[in-house]
Amino acid sequence: MEHYTMNLTLKVWRQKNNNEKGSFETYQVKGISSEMSFLEMIDVLNEQLIVEGKEPIAFDHDCREGICGMCSMHIDGRAHGPWAQTTTCQLHMRQYKDGDTIVIEPWRAAAFPVIKDLAVDRSSFDRIIQAGGYVSINTGNAQDANSLPIEKQKADDSFAAAACIGCGACVAACPNASAMLFVSAKVSHLALLPQGAPERKERALNMVAQMDKEGFGSCTNIGACEAECPKGISLENIARLNREYIGAMFAGDK
Amino acid sequence: MNWNTLFSSSIGKKLQMGLTGIFLILFLLVHCYINAQIFWNDGGQKFNEAAHFMANNPLIRISELGLFAFLILHTVQGLSLYFKNKSKRTQSYKVSAGNATSKWYSRSMAILGTLILLFLVMHLNHFWVPSRITGLETYTFNGVEYHNLYAKMQLQFKDAMVVTIYTLGCISLAWHLMHGFYSAFQTLGLASFKYKSLIKTVGIAFSVLIPLLFAAMPIAFFLDLIK
Ligand code: HEM
Ligand code: SF4
Ligand code: FES
Repeated sequence: MEHYTMNLTLKVWRQKNNNEKGSFETYQVKGISSEMSFLEMIDVLNEQLIVEGKEPIAFDHDCREGICGMCSMHIDGRAHGPWAQTTTCQLHMRQYKDGDTIVIEPWRAAAFPVIKDLAVDRSSFDRIIQAGGYVSINTGNAQDANSLPIEKQKADDSFAAAACIGCGACVAACPNASAMLFVSAKVSHLALLPQGAPERKERALNMVAQMDKEGFGSCTNIGACEAECPKGISLENIARLNREYIGAMFAGDK
Repeated sequence: MNWNTLFSSSIGKKLQMGLTGIFLILFLLVHCYINAQIFWNDGGQKFNEAAHFMANNPLIRISELGLFAFLILHTVQGLSLYFKNKSKRTQSYKVSAGNATSKWYSRSMAILGTLILLFLVMHLNHFWVPSRITGLETYTFNGVEYHNLYAKMQLQFKDAMVVTIYTLGCISLAWHLMHGFYSAFQTLGLASFKYKSLIKTVGIAFSVLIPLLFAAMPIAFFLDLIK
């Protein structure tokens, strides 16, 4: 692919903290390489702002290799930008041409309050995990893998659900700001395995109760979450969570 | 048992939507079958007989009460969920994904439902109220007294305005079902790997065929295709 450079106009959401109102600021960046990642482009802008004596833009990032889930940015109306199954850190500037204008917003959801600029507080996800996204087994020697046979299909489905990186793009993309895709991935990857089965009912009930308490919306099966998820988490997990939950709701032993 | 979660949790409320939605779908099927009797073009005798049966069978009259209750629950819960969900994003996006990540009709269930509701008020006023409450013209055939609902249809559907509104009502219903049919099965947890494409296909067929048949009724009367 041919290398080129570009000049861009960026409209970035600036907000001091959660108590103050935010607004968009317009910036120009010059000489951006088509081989940069999107975050590197923001780094260039931030250096420029520091040199000018201005406040750099706060944004979350950590691994910059698509696995930590921190790089929350809503770019031109799309969670993590326009590429399918891609986090912001893996979006590259070859997507853009010279003269483009890019609008960058934080995840917008009542349950993800803005900390500053593009950084939002996603600890509501941590509290959902604390409510049941674990297996309570006493540790000891790891047993022989062959003593717990697991069907290939179930192992694969569980693994696919476990790929969720907790980034919150599903919430950001959902018109209802619902966290069902995230919760369904976390419930599924445990419920499908024998280790997770003993606590499956409590897990579904407790995690959903925490999800509701945190102020996420309810799922109306719109499907924008699946379209924006960087890890390809499927809506079938939401069907499974509904089965788990309805089963637990009417179970005689709980 | 955690029955209370049926009323307190988000999934419980969704379950109410899904179950009442499926009940309404079953009702549409029966309603459409009965009304399609007008297409015999026999001056409405078969249709009036079917309507007579529906009006006089005690089991059906009891289900009718259930139907009203479920329709009200579906409407109240649906609109309440809609406004609650709206409140979960206090600051809206300047640029939103729109049709790039979802279908417009999936995002428009509340407005489509409200259009259906407005249509229903008019529709009940045209047929249900006279037939059950204020009274309709009757006639006797083979010693049985029938309400002439058929004549009432003929009269109502002479009016181009009424026919237009009925057609728009059917179009709203079609789009509501285009999302709703699949969505209800997803809510019940049934739209999983094996059945998803089957449910989607049946859903699309149902959402097109049933409203089309319904819309064909006022249009056929208006164009004098049935007498
Ligand atoms: C004969 C008429 C109707 C039928 C057959 C019908 C059917 C359905 C079905 C099958 C669903 C999907 C449920 C789910 O996702 O689990 C649904 C959802 C919905 N309906 Fe209706 N409906 C009808 C009338 C109405 C009316 C009058 C309203 C009132 C405003 C309404 C509002 C809604 C809303 C807001 C939803 C989305 C709720 C959600 O997903 O949380 N519907 N409908
Ligand atoms: S389900 Fe997908 S979009 Fe949602 S938190 Fe997990 S990885 Fe992110
Ligand atoms: S920074 Fe870790 S996924 Fe993007």
